[in-house]
Amino acid sequence: MTAAPVALVLVSHSATLAEGVRELAAQMAPEVLIIAAGGDGAGGLGTSFDLVEQALGEATADGRSAVVLTDLGSAVLTTESVLELLDEDVAARVHLADAPFVEAAVAAGVTAAGGAPVGEVLGAAVAAGAGFPHAVGAGGVEPEAGAAGEPSASPAAAAAPAEPHHAGETAAPITAHVVVRNPMGLHARPAAVLARMMAGFDAAVQVDGVNGASVLELMQLGATQGRTLEVSATGPQARVAVDAFVGAVEEGFGEV
Amino acid sequence: MAGSLDAGWAVAWARRTAQVVTENRELLIELDRQIGDGDHGENLTRGFTAVLAKLDALEEQPADVGAVLKLVATTLMSTVGGAAGPLYGTAYLRAAKVTGLPELDSGAVVAMLEAGLEGIVVRGKAGTGEKTMVDAWTPAVEAAVAASDAGASPAAVLAAAAEAARAGAEATTPLVATKGRASYLGERSAGHQDPGATSSALVLEAAAETAAAIA
Repeated sequence: MTAAPVALVLVSHSATLAEGVRELAAQMAPEVLIIAAGGDGAGGLGTSFDLVEQALGEATADGRSAVVLTDLGSAVLTTESVLELLDEDVAARVHLADAPFVEAAVAAGVTAAGGAPVGEVLGAAVAAGAGFPHAVGAGGVEPEAGAAGEPSASPAAAAAPAEPHHAGETAAPITAHVVVRNPMGLHARPAAVLARMMAGFDAAVQVDGVNGASVLELMQLGATQGRTLEVSATGPQARVAVDAFVGAVEEGFGEV
Repeated sequence: MAGSLDAGWAVAWARRTAQVVTENRELLIELDRQIGDGDHGENLTRGFTAVLAKLDALEEQPADVGAVLKLVATTLMSTVGGAAGPLYGTAYLRAAKVTGLPELDSGAVVAMLEAGLEGIVVRGKAGTGEKTMVDAWTPAVEAAVAASDAGASPAAVLAAAAEAARAGAEATTPLVATKGRASYLGERSAGHQDPGATSSALVLEAAAETAAAIA
C-alpha cells in the first residue's frame, strides 16, 4: 500500500541498518513507500551507486517525490552522484535531508503517511534534527513548515507552545484532560497513531506543551500509564481534534 | 593520429591507471588504514578492474576522449564503494563533459583537469589544506595552467600536473584532516599521507606516462 505521494529512501553504509530503520519507520507509516538502500550491494559495508539509483527510480515512479535520508558522508556523495546522472525532471523531485537517520525516518514517515507534500515531509525530517523539543520549542510537524516547499523552516518559526497559530481565528483554545490507560504509555506506536490523527485536522494541537502532530515530541513526553495529559487545540477543527485525541487515549490503543 | 591525445590515449590512460592502482593496492590500503577505514586500495582496484572489463568489451574505439572518460566515470560510480566512487566518478564525469573532442591540445588538457577538480570540490565540498584529494588536484591544475601558458605541449602539461600532484600528495602528511572519515581522528590524522591525494597522484602520473609514451 503506497498511497502517499512522498516516498522515503534510506541510504546507509549497512544493509542491516537501513533495513532496520525501514522496519521501524514502516511500522508507524504503513502507507508510505520506504526503500532501504544499504550496503555495497555485495554483502559488505559501503554505499552502492546502483542500489541508490534503483531505489530513487522506484521511489519517484508514478510521479512521486522522494526524501532521501543518509547516514555517513559517502552516502550523501553517492546519492548526489546518482542525482547528477538522473533526468532533471526526476532529480527535481528528489530531496536530500540533512537530518538524523533514525529520528528523521520516523518523523518524515509519519508526516508522509498523512499525505503531506514533499516540503512538509522534508521539514519534518530536518526538524527532527533540530534538537529535543524542550530545548527548542515546538519544532516538529507543524503543518505550515515547508508547505511552500521550504525545507528549512526554523524551529523558532513554528508555533510557540503558548501561542498557537490559530489564536486569531478562535477566541480560546479547546482544552481537555485525559489519563493514559495503556500499560506502556505513549511509546512509539501510540505516539505515531496520535500524531497522524492530529496532523489530519485543521487545528493546532498542543499536548502538555508540545506539538501534538509530532511523533517525536509526543514520544519525548515520556507519558506512562496513569499520567494525566492536557490537550488543547485551536483552529476550525479544534473541538473534533481534542475529542479524537481523548477518545484514542481512553481506548488505550488496543493495548488494554 | 600518432602522438596526439585522442580516444586511444584516453583508453591507454585508463588501462595504465588500472595497472598502477592495482600495483599500489597495498600501499593505499595501508595509508587508509592509518587514518580512514582501510578500503581505499581495495575499492579503487575493484573499480578500475571493472573499467578494464568495460574497455575489453568495447566493440569499437570510442569516438572521442570524453566518451572514454564517461565510461570510466559511470563504471567507478557503480563499482567503487566509499567516498572515492562518487568523488572520482564526478571528476571523470565533469572532465568528460569538456573533452568531447577527437584530440586534446594543451588548453583542452587544462580544461579537463580543471573540470575534474571542480567535480571533486563540488562533490566533496573540501578546500585546500584539508588533507584530501583536493590537495593533489589543486597544485596539479595550477601547474598545468602555468605550463600551458608557457607554450608546453599537451604531454608536457600533463607531466607538470603529475609532478605537482605528487608533491601535493606528499605535502598532506603533516596536515590535520577536517573532511571525510579521517576528520574523526582530528589531530591524530597528522603524520600520515592522505590516501585520496596519493591515488590522485597515481591517476595523473598514469596520464602523463601514457602521453609521454606516444609523444
